[in-house]
Amino acid sequence: MATNVAASRLQGTGANALELDDVGRQFGALTALSGISMRIAAGERRAVLGSNGAGKTTLFNTITGDFNPTSGTIRFFGEDITTLAAYERIRRGLRRTYQISQLFTNLTVLESVYLACRGVSRRRFSLLRPSPSDGAMAQAESIVHAVHLDDDRNATVGMLSHGQQRQLEIALALAGAPRFILFDEPAAGLSPTERRDLIEILNALPKHIGYIIIEHDLDVALRVSEYVSMMHNGRLFTEGTPEEIENDPTVQEIYLGGGHG
Amino acid sequence: MTDLTLTPAASRTASQGWIEKVGIGHILLAFFLLIYPVMASDFFLTQIGGYSLVLGMIALSLMLLAGYGGMVSLAQITVAGAAGYVVAIFGENNSGVYGFGWPWWIYGPLAIMIASLMSALIGWIAVRTEGIYTIMITLAVATACFYFAQQNYALFNGFPGYNGLRAPDVFGLYWRDPVPFYYLCLANAVVAYIAVLYGARSTFGLTLQAIRDNPRRMRAIGFNVTAHKVFAWWLAGLIAGAAGILLVWFNGRISPGTIAVGPSINILVIAIIGGLRHPIGPFIGAVIVTLMQTFAIDIIGAERFNTLIGLVFLLIVFVSPDGILGLWERLKPQAGRDDWRSFKKAANKAEKKGRNA
Repeated sequence: MATNVAASRLQGTGANALELDDVGRQFGALTALSGISMRIAAGERRAVLGSNGAGKTTLFNTITGDFNPTSGTIRFFGEDITTLAAYERIRRGLRRTYQISQLFTNLTVLESVYLACRGVSRRRFSLLRPSPSDGAMAQAESIVHAVHLDDDRNATVGMLSHGQQRQLEIALALAGAPRFILFDEPAAGLSPTERRDLIEILNALPKHIGYIIIEHDLDVALRVSEYVSMMHNGRLFTEGTPEEIENDPTVQEIYLGGGHG
Repeated sequence: MTDLTLTPAASRTASQGWIEKVGIGHILLAFFLLIYPVMASDFFLTQIGGYSLVLGMIALSLMLLAGYGGMVSLAQITVAGAAGYVVAIFGENNSGVYGFGWPWWIYGPLAIMIASLMSALIGWIAVRTEGIYTIMITLAVATACFYFAQQNYALFNGFPGYNGLRAPDVFGLYWRDPVPFYYLCLANAVVAYIAVLYGARSTFGLTLQAIRDNPRRMRAIGFNVTAHKVFAWWLAGLIAGAAGILLVWFNGRISPGTIAVGPSINILVIAIIGGLRHPIGPFIGAVIVTLMQTFAIDIIGAERFNTLIGLVFLLIVFVSPDGILGLWERLKPQAGRDDWRSFKKAANKAEKKGRNA
């Protein structure tokens, strides 16, 4: 598996879902990201590790357009999306989840997922109520089922437990026809059972959907990814297969504080 | 045993489905509003009834923006005023300036169109901001419009504005007569109310509420947040514009005073007193404020009546930040409501059981 991934990484640009060239981001005098270059093949599943403040979420924000990078270019399936509006990137098949759940607290679960399906289709401005025969509604139903929220489909989002909100986070990213998803610490605050559930959901994703996952829990990260990038102080530090990363002494020192070596 | 007691209830829900769907409250309210002219004097019909409905509609346009979209606007009376000025300029007036004398069925839609476009323009400026800054920027726009109308004689006829605006005669009725005017206002208000109530659960309604809850996430699922907000402003402009036409027919005149800062804050007070949670709120607020503004003078005299209105406002906001609606929500017999719900659920279950058997 790992060699396949490595091989595809060397192929031409057409095969790559995401290409970052020398991406940097400054906040005033603070350099949050610098010189990030990455090639991620279509369908590849990548973990990004790094200590707090390493720039992982900032990297996500520049890719999805929450804010733009101050230098470098980002290509999504060959198209330059560096300065494209966030919603335009979503319509091209890019999705993300948030480290801290960003949900619609007053809507129901089904309504939320329905909107996520509607966001990448037509009739976004419709003044009619969605009918049960609506394609977006049917898709929403199946996604709610896929993330195991059937029983709470009509519950108000604000009333859900933390674990359920994390599942909804993922549901929103699965809506439409995603080609590539950025998962920002999806396992944060989950119980061991919920973590197993999450791993199951991630591994059950269709093979053509690639993703990057930021995850502090190595157990989760290494079980759902084929390749790992390590970040430190806003830079890409090293890359490798999960086994290589796990056994890299420098990684142990930086990420695990040396204590686990 | 439970099945036995619940079976009649199940059949009752089936036969009375539409009453439940519309809601018993709505039916009683509609009945009362329809027969109100039988009970009310001309004064109560027009000055209280009609005027409340007009103010309620303008406040409803604010409720749409603030309640569903989280955008508090102080420029709703400005939008209504824009429609009013269009009526004055293209309809008839006796101020000797403009007054092209176009028929109502041309200047009416034109007024609503111009008002809604102006609303969308104000929205387009305001959506770059959030919270208190939206209030400030719309206040700035409202104030600027007021001063511009007051100082511009070429288009707005300056300080005096336009007098002698006349509601049309249609089907042999003069629409400013008490009974026709009341029903005209009622029809408009009902259409606006139902549209907002229905629209709240429409795709766009859900979108707007989701943007209020979390604009960042809306962008991350593919929505152009700015465009949707501006569209909401345009829709609010339709309601405020229609109300603006009724307002100038009611007053028979329009001047900068109609769109001054005082009246614009008045609309906000109406919406807050009534409550922003449900489209009925603005109408409740409008009735209360209209009654107070009409009768507070009799109670404590011309110099102090605004103090009384202010104190009532303070009291309502202090007791219930969600206005009268919030007060109702809290006082509603909770236990009874829960009983009714569990009762219905049990009834449905019993019905299913029966079908299976």
